[in-house]
Amino acid sequence: MFDASTTYVSLEQDTSLGMITLRADLASDKLKKAINEIGLGDLPAQRQIVSSSELSLGWMSPDELMLFCASQNVADIVQTIADHLAGEHSLVVDVSDARAHFVLKGAHIREVIAKLAPVDLDPTQFDVGELRRTRFGQIAAAFWFSDQTTAHIICFRSVAAYMHEQLIRAAASGSEMGIWSEA
Amino acid sequence: MLIFQCPYCGIDADETELSPGGEAHLKRFGPGASDEDFESYLFMRENPKGVHFERWRHSNGCGKWFHAARCTMTLEVFGTYSAQTFEPPQEIKDKISQKRPGWSWRNFS
Ligand SMILES: [Zn+2]
Repeated sequence: MFDASTTYVSLEQDTSLGMITLRADLASDKLKKAINEIGLGDLPAQRQIVSSSELSLGWMSPDELMLFCASQNVADIVQTIADHLAGEHSLVVDVSDARAHFVLKGAHIREVIAKLAPVDLDPTQFDVGELRRTRFGQIAAAFWFSDQTTAHIICFRSVAAYMHEQLIRAAASGSEMGIWSEA
Repeated sequence: MLIFQCPYCGIDADETELSPGGEAHLKRFGPGASDEDFESYLFMRENPKGVHFERWRHSNGCGKWFHAARCTMTLEVFGTYSAQTFEPPQEIKDKISQKRPGWSWRNFS
């Protein structure tokens, strides 16, 4: 019924992103070492997401992080972190197949997200470097910007079709509002 | 619409990001309890016009349970606080006392 070619931001579902959920004591030295070992520096602060060229690590809750990487590296990274956390109360799990990842690109990504999520998308309130867990329509989701014109959205894969359809509707050509546009 | 600041992730979450969890600070009575205690644990709830304490969960967010103190009549929020407590922190009680002198709720005041 809806055709993605008629949207005013580009929209695609990306299946190449590996996702690892990490539950642990975020103050743990072993965890810090593990994160350094895979090539990242400090852990993200509350609601932040830190990135290197190959990895991103987002703050999900006071005892949970989500690591994003290329899907072919997931198994090795899970092993490395799990080895470091041996003996600590923790959980390191590949959830790539349980999550869906959408990428929005364009000048109007802020307003498209604002149509669906109860979040203030003004650049003074939300910007690159922050990861926000919220809802899109009726489903739980999280999003972050890797730059001013690229937004990443993740949700449970079981509701990916709903997410895809509501994004297409929110971004339908002709429904532009013209706020917060970068270009 | 209610807006609570989640004490765990710091987000000012509106009601649509939250799930209600009913009355706060209930003491559970389970196997071995008297019929009166078990009945009261299961069914007897406060329904005040004014100061009230509730549990909420940041379900479309960080997922954590927390406590909230608010006024059921004006929807004014006095504050939110950790789930890991058996009673409201003094700071929250003081805030309520400033705005609703003489308030009481169950055995708190
Ligand atoms: Zn929260």
